[in-house]
Amino acid sequence: MAVLTPEQTMALHDEVLAALKGKFGEGILSSSCEYDFPVFVVDKDIMHDVLVFVKETPSLNYHFLTTMCAMNYPEKTGNEFAMMYQLHNMPENKRIRFKTFIPEQKLEIATITDIWPAANWMERQEYDFFGVNFIGHPNLIRILNMEDITFFPMRKDFALEDPTRDDKNDSMFGR
Amino acid sequence: MSEFQNIQEEQKAEEKEYTTLNLGPTHPATHGIFQNVLQMDGEIIRDAVPTIGYIHRAFEKLAERRPYAQITVLTDRLNYCSSPINNMGWEMTVEKLLNVKLPKRVEHMRVVIMELARIADHIICNSVVGVDTGALTGFTYIFQWREKIYEIFEDICGARLTTNIGRIGGFERQWPDKVWAKIDDFLKKFPKILKEFESLLMRNRIFMDRTIGAGPIKPERALEYGFTGPNLRAAGLDYDVRVTNPYSSYEDFKFDIPIGKEGDVYDRFMVREHEMWQSLSIIEQAMKMIDRKEPVFHADVPDFFLPPKEKVYNDMEALIYHFKIVMGEMDIPVGNVYHAVEGGNGELGFYLESDGGRTPYRLHFRRPCFIYYQAYPELIKGSMLSDAILTMSSMNVIAGELDA
Repeated sequence: MAVLTPEQTMALHDEVLAALKGKFGEGILSSSCEYDFPVFVVDKDIMHDVLVFVKETPSLNYHFLTTMCAMNYPEKTGNEFAMMYQLHNMPENKRIRFKTFIPEQKLEIATITDIWPAANWMERQEYDFFGVNFIGHPNLIRILNMEDITFFPMRKDFALEDPTRDDKNDSMFGR
Repeated sequence: MSEFQNIQEEQKAEEKEYTTLNLGPTHPATHGIFQNVLQMDGEIIRDAVPTIGYIHRAFEKLAERRPYAQITVLTDRLNYCSSPINNMGWEMTVEKLLNVKLPKRVEHMRVVIMELARIADHIICNSVVGVDTGALTGFTYIFQWREKIYEIFEDICGARLTTNIGRIGGFERQWPDKVWAKIDDFLKKFPKILKEFESLLMRNRIFMDRTIGAGPIKPERALEYGFTGPNLRAAGLDYDVRVTNPYSSYEDFKFDIPIGKEGDVYDRFMVREHEMWQSLSIIEQAMKMIDRKEPVFHADVPDFFLPPKEKVYNDMEALIYHFKIVMGEMDIPVGNVYHAVEGGNGELGFYLESDGGRTPYRLHFRRPCFIYYQAYPELIKGSMLSDAILTMSSMNVIAGELDA
């Protein structure tokens, strides 16, 4: 099984979605298949519970946190930020992805360090770059950047080039 | 009154005073810029707080302003001991996004390069473990053979360490004849060298006494900490991306996944040692499958693979394509894709969000080092300072990958 075929991805998607809908109902906002990954968009308030559920339920057993990252969509009002969690069921080799949107006004989400210690530095990294506040994180401080910077550099409004220069704007070649 | 005083003093005596020791940031024994603030009780480590980020270069941010082809050079600098794996991992991510299917020959050529890179990576890690136990000879001896691998890379792409090897869609050019000759030569001579290196350390009483039981981790704990690659396999779990999610035609090859039992320094060393043998076997199999005379070295993706230079100079169409590709003006599909390869240290993943623009909207690297280095304080708690050094080098923490 090199890469999941679209049919296999869809079957996996249906299987997990049925379990999630049975438990959380309306909390699962939408779902889709992106290449070989089933993706579930979840309400941010239940994100932590969903991750516990898919980890602890023996029939699902998504026990391994592959990676997680934050994203910034400034044009999506009310959903300016997002978190992505990718889980792996190693014995059956199934991978799924969760996505949840967070408004900029209340940029916080429950930590998952209590589920996976591996999330500790990953969450610190996303805090460092996006300013996402992980509620309950044991040590939420910057990790890769120096501690006294006042901005969150991965946000889209933070210009990579010197913003005062007009020969380096996006009008010539786009982003 | 005097009784009370005695009680007070007893309580005070129980409160240990620890010595704070700064290991790093630039300590010769840590092979890179790693700082650990240790709480020492004599020579026993009671607590460790790692500080990272000394060589952070903001690759994820830079990638948001670079066309896809220009991101390959950023991936070089992640795990710079095996940069071809990173390069090809990224190229495969883009190919997955574009739905490009590569010819078998190119995929097998990639496998050869990736396995050579893995050997180079493991040579560094294992010989450095030797150095940290006091055996410098093996290091100086086997490093010549890492040099031979780098010569092969150099003949293909012109660079040695930060290779930028390959392109989206295949290789930049046909491999010259001397590359085949050098790989043949390597396959013929390296097994003997590796055997010698092994006989120096593998059953060496001093080496075994130093490494067995140092920095162990249980498989359950390793999973919780997100371990992948040789470090997870040393703990006894046979997870290997090449087998579970084969890419670049790894399913065509027969190889074993060596696993350890205790997850200590010795097991990590042994897993890497056996992986080198498996890599050699994969390269041998691949070399048998590749037809050396066949002219195919890239997929047919004119939108992303640069046309040959002679054509660019003489043909209008090719010139236009050349310009468009270099400027990143090609149509990129919208979509989110994750692709993982088995890097030198574990699952190296690329999460790419494309909104159809010329650069990624968001690119996230799953860097195995970054994730498993969190476990380091737990691994060295209660051990000696010298074991801590050894544990770090056996985990193969590469500063470039750690800090991205």
